[in-house]
Amino acid sequence: MEFLANPTFWFAVIRSMTPVLLTAMGASIARKAGLVNLSHEGVMLVSALAGVMGSAYTGSLLAGMICGVFFAVAIELLMAYFTLILKSDIVITGVAINLAAAGGTVFVMYSAIQDRGVSAKLYSLSYPTVELPFIKEIPFLGQILSGHNILTYMAFLMIIVVYIFIYKTTYGKKIRAVGQSPEAAASVGINVVKVQTVAFFLCGIFVAFGGMFLSMGYMTMFTANMTAGRGFIALAATNMAGGNPLGAFAGAFVYGFSYSLANYLQNANIFPLEAIMAFPYLFIVLVYALFSWFDRRRNKESQPF
Amino acid sequence: MLDKLKNKIDTYSLLRVFCAILIAYTCTIIIIFTFSKVPFTAMYKFFLGPFTSKRNFFNVVETAIPLLFAGLALNVIQKGGLTNLIADGALYMGAVIASVAAISLSLPKGIHAAVAIAMASLVGGLITLIPAIIKKFTGAWEMVVAIMLNTVFFYVGQYIINSKYLDEVAGYASYKFAKTSKLGHLISGTQMHYGFIIVIIVFILVYILMEKTLFGYDLKIVGVNMRYAKNAGINVFKVVMLSQFIGGCIAGMGGAVEVLGIYDRFLWVNQVSFVWDAILINILAGEKTANIPLTAFFFSFIRVGAGIMSRGTDLDQEIVAIIQAIIIFLVSAERFMYTYKIKREQKAALMEKDRILTQQQTEVL
Repeated sequence: MEFLANPTFWFAVIRSMTPVLLTAMGASIARKAGLVNLSHEGVMLVSALAGVMGSAYTGSLLAGMICGVFFAVAIELLMAYFTLILKSDIVITGVAINLAAAGGTVFVMYSAIQDRGVSAKLYSLSYPTVELPFIKEIPFLGQILSGHNILTYMAFLMIIVVYIFIYKTTYGKKIRAVGQSPEAAASVGINVVKVQTVAFFLCGIFVAFGGMFLSMGYMTMFTANMTAGRGFIALAATNMAGGNPLGAFAGAFVYGFSYSLANYLQNANIFPLEAIMAFPYLFIVLVYALFSWFDRRRNKESQPF
Repeated sequence: MLDKLKNKIDTYSLLRVFCAILIAYTCTIIIIFTFSKVPFTAMYKFFLGPFTSKRNFFNVVETAIPLLFAGLALNVIQKGGLTNLIADGALYMGAVIASVAAISLSLPKGIHAAVAIAMASLVGGLITLIPAIIKKFTGAWEMVVAIMLNTVFFYVGQYIINSKYLDEVAGYASYKFAKTSKLGHLISGTQMHYGFIIVIIVFILVYILMEKTLFGYDLKIVGVNMRYAKNAGINVFKVVMLSQFIGGCIAGMGGAVEVLGIYDRFLWVNQVSFVWDAILINILAGEKTANIPLTAFFFSFIRVGAGIMSRGTDLDQEIVAIIQAIIIFLVSAERFMYTYKIKREQKAALMEKDRILTQQQTEVL
């Protein structure tokens, strides 16, 4: 257990929770707007590839970033059009996007560089890491907190920003009103379609950065299916927290912790690795079930069947 | 008789699906022409590849088997009104349990496979009950729980194989299955195995269960309106649980049939993702049990075609993902060809009015 006193371990925890955290922030907004958006996994993948290709072909990080965000937002808006205007089932649309993204990214990568697995042939730029000026000097804490990717700091900042946006601003109130009861919101003059489209749009921006962190921060290339379920973990963490960004943070933290722990204990052979890998998923299920149970007790709802 | 048949076939839905597929294929052809240097070869291989040899043709059938199992499983599960997506976990664990049975038991040929499949089905069924039970007692949404548990059961399966049944000599693979546990090949020279017969039997049983029994009727009512079903005196809990269990059994059986039919060892290092395919199959089938084989074969057909295309040209087989997405997007969009539906209904109403008017006139005369 000496790794718990090891700053590199905690550094890895923060690093590996970042993509989930960023995505979960987008998911929180969507969840609060009452959108059952399953597409995070696919959108992450698309913007991970778009960011790599954009930055590799233009040689500019900014262009890569714009490219990644553009495709994510485009997909979210397409989804908004289909679910809000054409009345598609949102769950099915999300599934279709995930499948299209998993295959489509490979198809595009193969067409561009004749490689199905990794985009190593493309010289991708990455987001810079930041040394925090004064915090760096603190002995233990400095090693954990300083030297992260800029997106990691952004992710932590966004917990507060999204929290304030959802709970303290007028537009956040509108979003929550739409999420709780679209009919009631419409009856007081809120344009439900518009509010939900904005929620899709904002969700897309966050998820795009979650995806780009994987391919332009965590690594500097795109690999097929590199999200590996992180989009779903973010979705579940958000649902567990009922759309509260702070609760989603807890879910992301548990994921980061288990992921790093599994990496650390890979060769130690003291505990089955599979149990550690499965732990965040089981944790989310248990906490989610517990929260739902409390919720139902409070609202005095009856059993569905 | 003819009128009855006419009423049964919903031409509007049929036309919509047909148009969606047509649009998707048009997009595919555009993509092929943009990305490929040999577009005509690519198109030939994609559309007609599966018919070019016996092996390729039966490859379509063989690819369809797990899709059919997953599609049928989800069909039964969803009929009860729950979006319980744990079929992947059930399928994976089914495959693991069947592998364990195939490695460690020693039974005569035929019985060995049957025992392995039965054990896998039971485990699949029990796994599928978990999200439904959590839903009943806590109210947590079964879909999120199921997606998380899929990963949990993937690791459980990995643990079982890694801890006891890993063959160090073979890289990452389990020990070889006993010969007695394998499902034999149905047609020599192809990969087609007896699983095809099993899946056809399962399909017929599910169809009878859904369409011809009281249970199927109750299940449909529960799926449409749970509260109504409760008030009508149906034991909703029993019906829902039974449907989850049956669906899970089918999924577990699918995993078992797949590993025992095709492989000699357990080789699944990655999480399987049949449940998403199952959703697509069910959507395209309009969630009707009878249509599921057709749609499963359709998806299998385009996949095999794309595989043949990718081996002979400069395009990747993942083009399938794009076609599927377009079809599903259009088919699930309620408003796709909505004006056509409205116009048709108006026309039908006008004709009805005319008919009544003429009838009245003749009566007056």
